[in-house]
Amino acid sequence: MLHAISLSAVLFGTWLLLSGYFTTLLISFGILSLAIAVGIALRMDVVDHESHPVHLTWQIPAYWVWLLIEIIKANIDVTKTILGIGDPATPTVINVKPSQRTELGQVIYANSITLTPGTISVELEDGEIMVHALTKGSADDLATGAMDQRVTRMEGGA
Amino acid sequence: MIDGIVEYLAFGMLGVGAVFAVIGGIGVLKFPDFYTRLHAASVTDTMGAWLILGGLMCLAGWTLVSAKLAMILFFLFMTGPTATHALAKTAWYAGVKPLTTDPPEESEGAPPSKP
Amino acid sequence: MLAFVTIAILLTMALALIRALRGPTVFDRILAVSMVSTKTTLLIAVVGFLFGRPDFLDIALLYALINFVGAIAVLKFYKYGSLGLASHLESVPAPPEPQDSGSSTEKPAS
Repeated sequence: MLHAISLSAVLFGTWLLLSGYFTTLLISFGILSLAIAVGIALRMDVVDHESHPVHLTWQIPAYWVWLLIEIIKANIDVTKTILGIGDPATPTVINVKPSQRTELGQVIYANSITLTPGTISVELEDGEIMVHALTKGSADDLATGAMDQRVTRMEGGA
Repeated sequence: MIDGIVEYLAFGMLGVGAVFAVIGGIGVLKFPDFYTRLHAASVTDTMGAWLILGGLMCLAGWTLVSAKLAMILFFLFMTGPTATHALAKTAWYAGVKPLTTDPPEESEGAPPSKP
Repeated sequence: MLAFVTIAILLTMALALIRALRGPTVFDRILAVSMVSTKTTLLIAVVGFLFGRPDFLDIALLYALINFVGAIAVLKFYKYGSLGLASHLESVPAPPEPQDSGSSTEKPAS
């Protein structure tokens, strides 16, 4: 029920943002389509903690700030590699073991790996992520597990 | 005064974002195999796109336009890694082998730094 | 400055198109096309500002969504040979995935 309410709030905010009109007629249209959309989503049984992780709402912004700084650093590294002034490309495939308990946490971790330039999660299976890294250095950075601990802490602190 | 600073910030973000985008494009052309090209593409998709959209948001100020730009930013943030992962996984299962510099993979024959 | 950004984005699209034409595997081409789509989103937004018509942003937003759906659709078609019914997907021998129950292993859009 909590997820249905939060989904409705998000969808209604989207409607207001995209329409930009605040007349009674258009807002009632919005509420109508909101009801249809939430009804269909409930019937499809996709409204749960995975599609809309409400319990992480307060943890996620702090994590995003940390992730943003990591992404900026990784971007500069990859840019140097492209321009040929940094480490040369030494493609590496490594396996990392995520320490998150839930599938949602593992998916957040894998997505963060992909989002960071220089590392891409190729496959997540049986609690192991296969990662393709552009340079040995980025593979080693990942293997230290700093990002893994961050995600686990965020997940556990919920 | 404040407006001037925000405008310079916006132009700075736009310029740096454009440079990152072009560098990513060069990388996509230059890198030797598919998986390394994915890394170059992710430079344009993260820094390039975010800085350009962020610069436009600074130009727009606190308006509905800015909110829409933030929404585009959020969609790119959420869908980008998913699409990249889907691409990498499908390529992996289709048998595209990555170039590696590890000694056991010498049988590939080609030196990995081939442009 | 906006004109410079526009030119830079167009240059990036041109580079990606060269990759799409040259790319040895089909995945290189998909990668290049999805890059062009992302750049198109940015291009529409920047051009909207350049011409002083921020209404273009709605189109850019739509393009960002279509871009994602399109990339996933092409990949799904490549993997299963069909976009259609779940029953069809089950009948295709899937790659080694232990508890595979049809299309439910598709990665959810978070």
